[in-house]
Amino acid sequence: MEPSTLQVIAVLKQAFPDVDFAPAPLMHRGDATGGVEQIYLRVAADKLSAVTRFLHDDERCDYAQLCDLTCVDYLEFPKARNRFAVVYSLLSLTRNHRIWIKCFVNDPDPEVPSVTHIWKGAEWMEREVWDMFGVRFTGHPDPRRILTWEDFKAHPLRKDYPLRGRGEREDYPVLTRDSR
Amino acid sequence: MADTISPPNETNAHEEASSARSHLKPASPTPGVAIHPTTFAPEEPGGDNWNLNFGPQHPATHTTLRLVLELDGERVITCTPHIGYLHSGFEKLGEHLNYNQYVVVTDRMNYISPMANNIAWHHACEVLFNIQLTPRCTVLRTIIAELARIQDHLLCVGTAALDLGAFTAFLYGFAEREVINDLFEEISGARFTTSYTRVGGLMQDVPDGWAGKVKTFCKKLPKTFDDITSLLNRNRIFVERTKGIGFINHDDAINWGLTGPLARASAVRRDLRKDEPYLCYADNWDGQGASAVEFKVPIAHGGDVYSRYLVRLEEMRQSLVIIDQLIDGIPAGPINVLPDDKQTLPDKNEVYFSIEGLIHHFEQVMTNRGHTPPIGEAYGANETANGELGFYLASDGGSAPYRARCRPPSFINYQCFPSLVVGHQISDVVATLGSLNIIAAELDR
Repeated sequence: MEPSTLQVIAVLKQAFPDVDFAPAPLMHRGDATGGVEQIYLRVAADKLSAVTRFLHDDERCDYAQLCDLTCVDYLEFPKARNRFAVVYSLLSLTRNHRIWIKCFVNDPDPEVPSVTHIWKGAEWMEREVWDMFGVRFTGHPDPRRILTWEDFKAHPLRKDYPLRGRGEREDYPVLTRDSR
Repeated sequence: MADTISPPNETNAHEEASSARSHLKPASPTPGVAIHPTTFAPEEPGGDNWNLNFGPQHPATHTTLRLVLELDGERVITCTPHIGYLHSGFEKLGEHLNYNQYVVVTDRMNYISPMANNIAWHHACEVLFNIQLTPRCTVLRTIIAELARIQDHLLCVGTAALDLGAFTAFLYGFAEREVINDLFEEISGARFTTSYTRVGGLMQDVPDGWAGKVKTFCKKLPKTFDDITSLLNRNRIFVERTKGIGFINHDDAINWGLTGPLARASAVRRDLRKDEPYLCYADNWDGQGASAVEFKVPIAHGGDVYSRYLVRLEEMRQSLVIIDQLIDGIPAGPINVLPDDKQTLPDKNEVYFSIEGLIHHFEQVMTNRGHTPPIGEAYGANETANGELGFYLASDGGSAPYRARCRPPSFINYQCFPSLVVGHQISDVVATLGSLNIIAAELDR
């Protein structure tokens, strides 16, 4: 691993001695052919607020920007043990360093704490993950759907949602001249 | 990192902007707390404030997006964006199309600069596959990426003026955009839906004489920039309607996740071409010690609509500098990584006229064969005209991605919009919206 990544992990272990971050590359490449190094840490949902706050505030980490927040549904993934991973992509502009955080959550009620109070930019991305995957963000100031409409019940990017939908387009109420 | 280019006649936009909204109660008194949402229906009808529905079909929104503005006279009290009108499930489609097929969908994301999306998508794929491009492909992709940046900025700069009533600058910009569209048509066969890149290479090589046309175009382009500059930079109407409008400061820009020209107009020193270099922006791009292309990253300190305009204008000039360095020395050689590795689709001549090529092609496109990536995840991002366009790919070893997340710059840049316009007049909403350059197809995906 790069020295800057190792330093962040060391700082985190010092601050959170009881958390196992299990740093691992996003992609295990069998042979040493290089490729870009991208490291992720595992953080449980109950520790997420404290860890992200620390990563944002501590000047040795200084992850001032939440570059991306997304989710992966591992329902059909080979050898996956958990269903959802909420993936935080953090960026430190001063150190020019990225690190990913995966927070694994499971059915029936996947829920992670919101990070909107740390990064304002998380607001819409969390709404999108709720809309598309049905992962709730506790403490979100505006937990509405964002891309689909409020009456829509499903979460379309889940792996058990079919590509062509469940007939929402066909069952839509049609207003005609006479239906007033 | 980058040399700083300060905008001319810079005033302290921060003070102007804060005085403009000082009469208002702050929407969120504690910093760090996200903006308070509002609903469309007023809770107590009959008050002094009134609600205005702006869009989804309105010329000044450029595309399909809707704003609900609560107004006190002409002043914006709250602003609630509603998005999703163009949601078409691109990310779901990405899980069912293979790495070469999905490039067609990326054309339709930011349709103002489709080439940039093609390149960003396959850049992420190549990070996943761990493929090194050939020197010729690297140079061609860099030139095309810069042309796409000019194409996008010409539209944004032009419409920024158009929204404020200045029609001429818009037409100057669009005339040059036509030339870029023609150049793209010549190499890909389509003006907008280019789909030009492939995993490990390009759809086809550029035709003879294409480089000369790019060169001729780049020679006369600075005159257009000069024309736009002389029309707008000291135009009193334009300056007064853009300076101090839509202000966001350095720390907020980072906290909201802004990237690209928006962030750089707020003095954020960040450009992926310098900080996480790829293509010809990185040293040793040809494997034989070639040095990276030289260019400057324009930074402005105003943080307002005017600064964003200036940053975009200067970025176009810097794009020309990059193209100038590359256009004369496009390396010869193949555009795709070697077919022996079976990483790319074979040349069509091979497919039609040799049995080996036909077998190779057939194996590549069969759903249970093909060149598949290892199991794992990867993130690849490019600096496109709107900011960081990244793709987070998860692969289960199949021929299609398991998850194809797009980090769309429009979506993330648009979030801060209510905080930019609250306190301004309704006409400033249009100016600010134009400066963010939101493309709804990318916003909703």
